[in-house]
Amino acid sequence: MRNRTKLIILAVISVICMLLYAFYDINGGFSYAFPRRLIKILAMTITGVAIAYSTVVFQTITHNRILTPSVMGLDSMYMVVQTFIYFFLGSTSILVINKYLNFSISIIAMVAFALLLYRFLFRADKFPIYLLLLIGMILGTLLGSATTFLQVLIDPNEYLNLQSKMFASFTKVNADLVWVALAILAAAFLYGFKMMSKLDVMSLGRENAINLGVNYDKVVMNMLVLSSILIATSTALVGPITFFGLIVANLSYQFLSTYKHSILITGASLISIIALVGGQFIIEHLFELNTTLSVIINFVGGIYFIYLLLRESRSAG
Amino acid sequence: MIKVKGLSKFFGKKAVIDNVSVTIEPGKITSFIGPNGAGKSTLLSMVSRLLNADTGEVLLETNDIRTIKSDEFAKRVSILKQSNFMNVRLTIRELVSFGRYPYSKGRLTKEDLKFVDQALEYMNLTDMQDRYLDELSGGQRQRAFIAMVIAQDTEYVLLDEPLNNLDMKHSVQIMKILRKLVDELGKTVVIVLHDINFASVYSDRIVALKDGRVIKEGTTDEIINSAALKQIYDMDIPVQEQNGCRICVYFNSHS
Repeated sequence: MRNRTKLIILAVISVICMLLYAFYDINGGFSYAFPRRLIKILAMTITGVAIAYSTVVFQTITHNRILTPSVMGLDSMYMVVQTFIYFFLGSTSILVINKYLNFSISIIAMVAFALLLYRFLFRADKFPIYLLLLIGMILGTLLGSATTFLQVLIDPNEYLNLQSKMFASFTKVNADLVWVALAILAAAFLYGFKMMSKLDVMSLGRENAINLGVNYDKVVMNMLVLSSILIATSTALVGPITFFGLIVANLSYQFLSTYKHSILITGASLISIIALVGGQFIIEHLFELNTTLSVIINFVGGIYFIYLLLRESRSAG
Repeated sequence: MIKVKGLSKFFGKKAVIDNVSVTIEPGKITSFIGPNGAGKSTLLSMVSRLLNADTGEVLLETNDIRTIKSDEFAKRVSILKQSNFMNVRLTIRELVSFGRYPYSKGRLTKEDLKFVDQALEYMNLTDMQDRYLDELSGGQRQRAFIAMVIAQDTEYVLLDEPLNNLDMKHSVQIMKILRKLVDELGKTVVIVLHDINFASVYSDRIVALKDGRVIKEGTTDEIINSAALKQIYDMDIPVQEQNGCRICVYFNSHS
């Protein structure tokens, strides 16, 4: 099967999922339910594409297919910001009530965290990507422990409010924020469009990429920033989803055996949309909201992650 | 012409390249030889801008290579390192097509395809162009990477130990191809070699490094003699002539 055919099939399935989610069992409450469902579909699409895109990019620049950008500690930074707000200012503070303010503060904090880390580690001749990952991971754990500490001390009522921020959820997405996120995503795509072929070359490794005229370290830096912005946007919009990017990126590599990032990223994005919209549909209508999508994603993602680890270790040995 | 002027590189406090000045003459094969840790690969990496020098400069014709835009540089100088680990699965043809990236930025034109076909032909890979790199033997793989560099069609071709892990037959094959690149296509080849006999038989000029310094530099005849080799390797190496080739018989010499 050609890659074009595969992408068309994925596109058709994702449209079917969207239609199913938008129209299934809607009788009676159309004017109430339909706009709300549309917003949710849009939010899931944005999140899905942002995570797929940033994970594929991140895995290419780290030359590692079992990493997600979340090892950089961005999720933890998000939790720190939210916990600080709830702990020091309370759930009635302007930073919680004003969605725009909360959204921008979260994004700015996450991107600033990433930029500081990159800036601090960037040297003229070589980008020490593994050192960066290690430090990101350690800082992530540190921030995670700090949040847990505050969460133990926090007023129990505030904790209940905070809890809603701790898990990814599409059910209470704010409609206005969706448009802001969409604008960020569009800008990222516009910028990323001309980087696709550079990413293809970068998968040949640093030395071959430099040989072929790619300004490797600069591109690594720019793509790290880009993927941090995307992760920050999706996290601020719906909350942290850990394993999701890993699943869709690897499914895309397996399904579309190519090195071309334009195809891989499109594939991963479509798979994400199918998983999120389709998954949310199943949860709402089959499980009748007895569980949340992020629980299922983490469950399936964990199993898939173990499978990937086993496969990698077999091919390495 | 590539001119290296007063180049140094420090790893920590230790100078791995210490004030090196070398001229690489066009239309010739220049070999870098020397003991392990002499700085051959580091020097090659700096000439090809894989590594930044701490002091000194590298001039391509008259321009400092740091002032040349990276995609322009990639059309004039190519470099192939010894290890080429990749995370993606590519066919030989796909890999060789990457050689055209500096020109086409991923969208191959008819002219690009012509170069790719020629490079495959040149390296005898046409029949197996659709096979995946991970299915190939070391020699075939090495040939595929060299084909990529040939498709890149640069005036200067720099190779870091291209004979590593190859048997005699494939080593000779690759050296003959490099000779052809110089004699037929007028390229300039710079190559890091471990086996001084390959350097002796195939190169026009030899640059000998030791402890980060150029210890000897000259035509092959000037370097491949017992006196010069003693200085470079601290070994008494008899040199014998066989069919017009100078062969260093170092296997049972004592240092």
